[in-house]
Amino acid sequence: MDLQELKAVAKAEQERQKPVRVHCCTSTGCRAADAVGIYGNLKQAVTDHHLEDRVEVVGVGCMGFCGRGPLVQVDPDELLYEEVTPDQAASIIEAMDGGTAQPIQGDVNHPFFARQMRVVREYSGKIDPERIEEYIAVGGYESLHKAIYEMTPAEVVDQISKSGLRGRGGGGYPTGLKWATVAKMPEGQKYIICNGDEGDPGAFMDRSILESDPHLVLEGMAIAGYAVGANHGYIYVRAEYPLAIERLQKGIQQAKKYGLLGSQIFDSAFDFKIDIRIGAGAFVCGEETALIQSIEGGRGNPVPRPPYPAQKGLYDCPTLINNVETLATITAIIRNGADWYSSIGTENSKGTKIFALTGKIRNNGLVEVPMGITLREIVEEMGGGVPDGEVKAVQTGGPSGGCIPKSMLDTPVDYDSLRAAGSMMGSGGMVVMDDTTSMVGIAQFYMEFCREETCGKCVPCRTGTVQLYTMLTKILKRQATKDDLAKMEALCEMVRDTSLCGLGQTAPNPVLSTLKYFREEYEELLIEPEYLSDLNGKEAPQEVTV
Amino acid sequence: MAVNTLTIDGKDIAVEAGTSILDAATEAGVPIPKLCHLEGVTPVGACRLCLVDIEGTNKMLPACVTEVWEGMVIHTQTPKLQEYRRMTVELIFAEGNHVCSICVANGNCELQDVAIEVGMDHSRFPYRFPDRGVDLSHPMFGIDHNRCILCTRCVRVCDEVEGAHVWDVGNRGEACYIVSGLDQPWGEVDACTSCGKCVDACPTGAIFKQGSTTGEKQADTEKLEFLSTAREKHQWTR
Repeated sequence: MDLQELKAVAKAEQERQKPVRVHCCTSTGCRAADAVGIYGNLKQAVTDHHLEDRVEVVGVGCMGFCGRGPLVQVDPDELLYEEVTPDQAASIIEAMDGGTAQPIQGDVNHPFFARQMRVVREYSGKIDPERIEEYIAVGGYESLHKAIYEMTPAEVVDQISKSGLRGRGGGGYPTGLKWATVAKMPEGQKYIICNGDEGDPGAFMDRSILESDPHLVLEGMAIAGYAVGANHGYIYVRAEYPLAIERLQKGIQQAKKYGLLGSQIFDSAFDFKIDIRIGAGAFVCGEETALIQSIEGGRGNPVPRPPYPAQKGLYDCPTLINNVETLATITAIIRNGADWYSSIGTENSKGTKIFALTGKIRNNGLVEVPMGITLREIVEEMGGGVPDGEVKAVQTGGPSGGCIPKSMLDTPVDYDSLRAAGSMMGSGGMVVMDDTTSMVGIAQFYMEFCREETCGKCVPCRTGTVQLYTMLTKILKRQATKDDLAKMEALCEMVRDTSLCGLGQTAPNPVLSTLKYFREEYEELLIEPEYLSDLNGKEAPQEVTV
Repeated sequence: MAVNTLTIDGKDIAVEAGTSILDAATEAGVPIPKLCHLEGVTPVGACRLCLVDIEGTNKMLPACVTEVWEGMVIHTQTPKLQEYRRMTVELIFAEGNHVCSICVANGNCELQDVAIEVGMDHSRFPYRFPDRGVDLSHPMFGIDHNRCILCTRCVRVCDEVEGAHVWDVGNRGEACYIVSGLDQPWGEVDACTSCGKCVDACPTGAIFKQGSTTGEKQADTEKLEFLSTAREKHQWTR
């Protein structure tokens, strides 16, 4: 395959596509509400109305407005239908033939869509993820060709460095620096790993990318392989994402068939193959060293760094490990240039970030926004605010992050501001809480999560999280005193400072941040020591339920 | 041979580049508490007792797996480190069922020694009294999971020194336990050579010789170091 042939494939696909495309979301969220049935009924209706010549029904990836799914969008008219049922599906097609569409019509100009800036999700929900031709038709694999034929590996690394892209998995480490480190390691076997072990409660950005546009990640990995001198990549996806795995498998097969992965890509000397490894259900395997252990077939335990994976990673070879969203950003940077990418966002946080907006909020779903947008804009304008009541706090960064109170909603969303606010960017989970939410209960929820997910290797994380959970439960049961609270704070600091990997080091964050901003909620639950003697707790007010 | 000079608790010392902080400290005569570390097997940095403060870094680093660098200034006994070490030992005691008075290792127990070293005389955290088992299916040895601190010394010594890999860690987090073979009774594991290295490696009384009673276990941890370095040191007897 050369560029001419790639363009020919794109042209053939563009000609094949019908003028009216009915996009039906077939991703996990909508699938749970029988999107597959809707897809079938839409197809049947097209046949029944003899519209095959100008209308086609396309099963696409996630459109983002998951809270109102299943979604169907008719393009190019941009008619969005929400909460479609299989029975209503046919009416959408009938509407093209003089009938009326039954489902609720959505507003594509709603701030939820209008305020977004789609870089990674540009073609999510617009192309069929199971057909590589659709990806090629929108310019797919041209960036890979550009990298191989118009740029040296060093120039590719340089572009990524200049773009200011930082790791989207949560840590925010400069991606270019990571690439440069692996590229500078002596020639020889090197690996690329795509970390798709997304596990934060309430986060589903990576799943959506893998399900909606798998080739974007595959192409990003191939470009990374070219840049750092690796010829083998692994995608580590959690087993709980069967659809993502299926679509990746199809994607890899199709790309191989076109000669876009495998040996001599675009007839060059560059080889790159990708294998999938499926996680066995451990959250800690999202930690890079544990993930590498897991790929090697070992127990998913983190190991001390240094040596960093960039020096000594998978099978002791230099390994570049990036998150799904990071790798999905690469093609856009190569296509449009580093300057374009670095013009988006803030001084130290460039580009866009996808957030999974969940919790007590009107508009649930995925939003891709430029860095620097405020939490208020995301929650109140795009998310439509809390259905009944007021926003109390926004939790970002999952079990490693923290809760940002309502008073700080004007905090811009970037790595440094969120960290300064006692939370972190994290992988992109954003859980909105209203005034009925108990912050102590939230802290307990996340601690329970960490307690269950700690690998058990190091003492502070294995047993500290259990003790912290016990203490939080004690507070919620109104059996704790001021001394207990002080003891808990001390233990939080100890677990944070002494744990081996990021899981333990950040596990106390939800407690520490709620203590920082909602200390009075903890204090209200404390009792005076004299009540402790009353074992029946008669004097103590009722237990708080979460 | 490249040499690095560094300062540990005010003592200047020169060591070969690539030495771990722990080895450098031992050479300088500075004791650092440790539990999962065992001479002769790969360090894992799991017990977090050997964490030290290094000037210029904002993280405490485990001495057993961190290599020295030139001009390093190390503090091993800051008040914070002392407090954290004490808490770590408390957490370990609260996690298992450690009853010294009826333990085979009483008086010869590294956990006990560390508790004394860091000044832990009681636990501020509630004891969890987990429900754990005892496996006496092996004809010569036994494992009492109640006394296990999951240091994985047995796992490493069996794999790296004996080459049998009888032991491994099963499950996750608080439910972790040491498994023999494919989670079989120890006595049914064909790979076990009954060499007894795990007994010597175990810092507590979790793995013991059958027939020994309170305070009778004397683990010969030096034997393991001797075995693993005999060839390079050409020392065939001790």
